[in-house]
Amino acid sequence: MSARSVPAELPPLPLIEPATTADLIVAFISSQMEQTGFSRIVVGLSGGVDSATVAFLAARAVSAGNLLAVRMPYRTSSPASETDALRVVQALGCRTERVEITPMVDPLLGLMGDAQGDAAQVRRGNVMARQRMIVLYDKSVEFDALVAGTSNKTESLLGYTTQYGDAASAFAPIGDLYKSQLRAVAEHLGVPAEIVTKPPSADLWPGQTDEDELGRTYDHLDRTLFALVDRRWTVERCVAAGLDRDLVEWVATRVARMEYKRQMPAVAKISLRTPGIDHLYPRRRPGSRR
Amino acid sequence: MEVRIALAQLAPHLGDLDANLALVNNRLAEAVAAGADLAVFPELALTGYLLQDLVPDVAMRADDPRLLAIGADAPGVFVAVGFVEETRARRFCNSVALLRGGRIIGLHRKVYLPTYGLFDEGRFTRAGHQIRATEVGDPLHKVGLSVCEDFWHPFLPMLQVQDGALLLINVAAGPARAPGSAAGLAAIGSWHKMQETYALLGTVAIAFCNRVGNEEGLTFWGGSRLLGPDGSVLAEAPLYEEALVMGVLETDDLRMQRYSLPLVGDERLELVRREVDRIVAERAGLPLPPDLDLDAESAALPGPELDRELDREVERA
Repeated sequence: MSARSVPAELPPLPLIEPATTADLIVAFISSQMEQTGFSRIVVGLSGGVDSATVAFLAARAVSAGNLLAVRMPYRTSSPASETDALRVVQALGCRTERVEITPMVDPLLGLMGDAQGDAAQVRRGNVMARQRMIVLYDKSVEFDALVAGTSNKTESLLGYTTQYGDAASAFAPIGDLYKSQLRAVAEHLGVPAEIVTKPPSADLWPGQTDEDELGRTYDHLDRTLFALVDRRWTVERCVAAGLDRDLVEWVATRVARMEYKRQMPAVAKISLRTPGIDHLYPRRRPGSRR
Repeated sequence: MEVRIALAQLAPHLGDLDANLALVNNRLAEAVAAGADLAVFPELALTGYLLQDLVPDVAMRADDPRLLAIGADAPGVFVAVGFVEETRARRFCNSVALLRGGRIIGLHRKVYLPTYGLFDEGRFTRAGHQIRATEVGDPLHKVGLSVCEDFWHPFLPMLQVQDGALLLINVAAGPARAPGSAAGLAAIGSWHKMQETYALLGTVAIAFCNRVGNEEGLTFWGGSRLLGPDGSVLAEAPLYEEALVMGVLETDDLRMQRYSLPLVGDERLELVRREVDRIVAERAGLPLPPDLDLDAESAALPGPELDRELDREVERA
């Protein structure tokens, strides 16, 4: 291929066969439950496609009666989000609870000094995400359940998550699915079409959408991530294949910069045997089941 | 003569030796009841796969009574089963034992430990140093035992074929990637191509037993298969699900295949050995074996001097 030739099309989206993928994830969830000795799952249900998909998968693994979907709106959350969350509850027949986080978040922000300026929105978003985490983990004790994670691969690689907030979970069923793959799995599972097709949003403030905030479409992000991460292409090769240089460089930098969010904190090695470095065990083993 | 081979595609419990011994013994009883002459269990069937520092906790000596008891009450039946072996020298190996009638009659220690990508085996287990075929008596004469990744190195099964194996037994713990996608199917497809090629070129039957189930985030894909000596599939287990499948190997077919396609008998091991010796010596900086001109025609071919001369001409140009 000469340097000047124009690529006919962009690098592909990562395709996946939704039925097999769904089966594997359901088996994964069942295995997590069996190995830990839990039989119930708690999931935070936002009304978006990620948590809806996790709820559908969890209901298949443990049955709807053993699934608690917690709706946790903030006063600025879109009412449509809650309508969509209720669609999922209705479709599954799972248990649900509503815990509004406004009376938790607002006094907290007030006490900490609700800063103005650039960082304010990020700080508010982080506090909301972490407040929801606190509610979910509290419910998990009450309901005797594990918290299912709802982070997908696109946001995990881009670090578009709040550490110890929405990224906190006992296991991550959709953590290796790009947004576009996730939508295919969602459709296969019968997640209501309104939820699958609406613009993804963290719903931290009115009118927010992921694509506006990231400044890129999921279509372009997934193509770029798939090329850079899964196929190990260089930035130059992505650009030669027709992807926008700014996009590719932004994604590559962001994946590198957000590495810390995907790992346990580094431990200062002092002893002969250090957890995570040379004290290495599978998470579940005989004796770890409660 | 018919040899009935059972492939016990199961999902071991990670790190739980007792549970897995029970699982293997139960499946074996089913296989024996179904008339199996040989039952094959997956890699690390007695321990599970992602052991990390559990390796010393689940390791067994090859003479461990719990291992030898497997199939002891079915004296005519061969059993191949994967486990973590602790050698007398306290080496921890990913091994497969061939058992019969309460005795261990064959043992292979995984030679190639994948330590790349999602695999980290070389960190927790040590490699085997031996590639042999195991004597089993008629009608199979000898079988070649191997563990998963060993099959990705074609010298290993082909050496076992040259050592007399009429059946290759590969026990595996193959994790699925990109399920159902072109890439995921390609990973399984690669295993199929490889097995069919070995069967065809080795005119040898192949029993491949891959585990299923889930450990941490890994899902093992199963798809165990029995292949005839022409690469045809005689039995196949489903993907992802536990199964006990039985296939029948007709040794008369093997006999006629070896007659009509005498590849194994025509192999030139002395040539292979000479060239392997040369390559090893060159790599290691050892004295080269004498460069005998065994083939008169080679004089007509361009030698190294001529190659260098041509290189210089190209450079000048």
